[in-house]
Amino acid sequence: MSVLVGRDTRLLVQGITGREGEFHARQCQAYGTNVVAGVTPGKGGLRALDDSVPVYDTVAEAVRQTGANTSLIFVPAAGAPDAIMEAATAGIATIFCITEGIPALDMIPAVDLVRRQGARLIGPNCPGATSPGRAKVGIIPGSIHREGRVGVVSRSGTLTYEAVQAMTDAGLGQSTCIGIGGDPIIGTTFLDALQLFEQDPETEAIVLIGEIGGAAEETAAAWAAEHLRDVPKAAFIAGRTAPEGKRMGHAGAIISGGAGTAASKVEALEAAGFRVASSPTELPALLRDAGYTG
Amino acid sequence: MKLQEADAKSLLVAQGLPVPEWAVAHSPDEARAAAARFLEAGPVGGKVVIKAQVLVGGRGKAGGVKLASSADEAADVATSILGMDIKGMTVRKVLVGPAADIVKEFYLAAVLDRAERGIMLMGSAEGGVEIEQVAATDPHAIVRGHADPALGLLDFQARELAFAMGLGEHLKAAVAIAKGLVRTMTAYDADLVEINPLAIINDGQPDGTPTQRLVCLDAKITLDDSALARHPGLEDLRDPDEEAPEDREAREAGLTFIKLDGTIGCMVNGAGLAMTTMDLVKRAGGEPANFLDIGGGARAEKVAHAMRLILSDPKVDAILVNIFGGITRGDEVARGLIEARAQQSRDVPMVVRIVGTNAAEAAVLLEEARFETAATLDEAAAKAVAASRAGTGTSA
Repeated sequence: MSVLVGRDTRLLVQGITGREGEFHARQCQAYGTNVVAGVTPGKGGLRALDDSVPVYDTVAEAVRQTGANTSLIFVPAAGAPDAIMEAATAGIATIFCITEGIPALDMIPAVDLVRRQGARLIGPNCPGATSPGRAKVGIIPGSIHREGRVGVVSRSGTLTYEAVQAMTDAGLGQSTCIGIGGDPIIGTTFLDALQLFEQDPETEAIVLIGEIGGAAEETAAAWAAEHLRDVPKAAFIAGRTAPEGKRMGHAGAIISGGAGTAASKVEALEAAGFRVASSPTELPALLRDAGYTG
Repeated sequence: MKLQEADAKSLLVAQGLPVPEWAVAHSPDEARAAAARFLEAGPVGGKVVIKAQVLVGGRGKAGGVKLASSADEAADVATSILGMDIKGMTVRKVLVGPAADIVKEFYLAAVLDRAERGIMLMGSAEGGVEIEQVAATDPHAIVRGHADPALGLLDFQARELAFAMGLGEHLKAAVAIAKGLVRTMTAYDADLVEINPLAIINDGQPDGTPTQRLVCLDAKITLDDSALARHPGLEDLRDPDEEAPEDREAREAGLTFIKLDGTIGCMVNGAGLAMTTMDLVKRAGGEPANFLDIGGGARAEKVAHAMRLILSDPKVDAILVNIFGGITRGDEVARGLIEARAQQSRDVPMVVRIVGTNAAEAAVLLEEARFETAATLDEAAAKAVAASRAGTGTSA
């Protein structure tokens, strides 16, 4: 088992004929993900990825023809919320939006519509998710993974790679790695991801990688204290040296009015039983300390 | 992007919100002229207020907000405030307006609520003080309501909020203001529209009849940087005095750069990893000079640009480059570093760590060019801190 992506993933790539979309769709396919369709309005009838994947004009048509159940979005920021809503309305169950720089207010109706359709959105501004050995949906380099039983959830991209590589190097494989995205308005939160991991019989330990801004880490920690008491847990929080009032690259990474500090998150996570690392390289050892033997 | 109070007030007025009149003055003479005009109209209380226009909170406490009873006094006050340093910001202009005769102050703001993924209105009958302070000492004094994600703020929601804030006597105005804040937020893609204080003021009619009305006395607006491209007019409100030259250069080059106080320049791909790199420099005993994210897929030219930006800070005495290649190709970054070093104005020790996509090709290039390299982030941080100390002759 795994969460969000796996062997039953039937992937549709929105924006498959663009530079980024084409490149990463190919990488997903090479990893073993079942890429069943692409969508680019106006390019229906073409075939992408060396003729292996049919391209449709609309998501609805792609779903009808191929039974796609997961979508990966590379549409530019101006059209990305619409692409999300199109996917949710067409019956796609799991939607990953990689697009960066979407105005926050555009995401409010999109997240609302996804919720009303009973679909799940991951992102935007996220690297996607990988279930090692099964499927990869997004832009996380496949080579850093190892099959295993640690669930990883992170707000970041390259920082996740850093942490996952450290785990792989230490022999700790992953069940699923989820990048939830660095924007203020996102579809799947830390709490949602922890709840998915709790339900997954193959996830036996958890690594949470957070950063300054907002209170999503604190919220997730409070839930974990109650529901993941016996699960080995480790965490890392980026931005201990970030100054207040400055947006640290990610739209959501800002300390304002004394809220959203690394100290507050570290304290909440430690109180909930997470071992909190001061460098991502410490995560494997801390998981072992927490009793993880996998 | 944060807006100055005067610019924020202009946007509120454009959305039909009640804001007492004001003028912006860049010199004592301009302040005198504006004050004379407002005093001639005979404001209740007979005074004008002069407020420093800087993008930091706590202007009042810092002495940046003062009253004056005459035009000459206004000029004197402006003289004292202009040029003042408030939390590192130099005051270059002041706002002049009739001093309000305040009956009661409130707080009202429209904010982006991450947890609920919507627009939240936050109000309090304790206005004029920092809302964070109210939240800490008396959280029940804050009332909240959420706009519908599809329909916006409905009348009944605004009424509920107004009654809960104790604004029943000014219901119509309060509802209009609450809805106006949400309208302002969506019209300009703001993250925050804050009125503190929202105030009931004594406002004499021309015929001398005393009346009270609810007005926005201060305004703070933060715009969503991701949406600026579709509001070309708002980009003009960016205050050139408030943006350091290196910040502007970075923005125009598509780099995310934030200058800090330390000595170790950092160049990283990805925001989370860039913050982590700073944290590890600190942990290794150094101080980061900057946050710099070169973004995904950066090419050699962008890397060279980033290097020039880091070196423009004379305090930088060592540089740490940390790249985890995903979309970004390690060999591209290595080429950029080699190019940058050939052009750079001064010799600063550099520690380079490149892993991920095309790391092996990068390693060959870096070795040929005799760069100091590191295998792990922890090692890179330690080496950069050591190089910084060796350069300055200081030790731990």
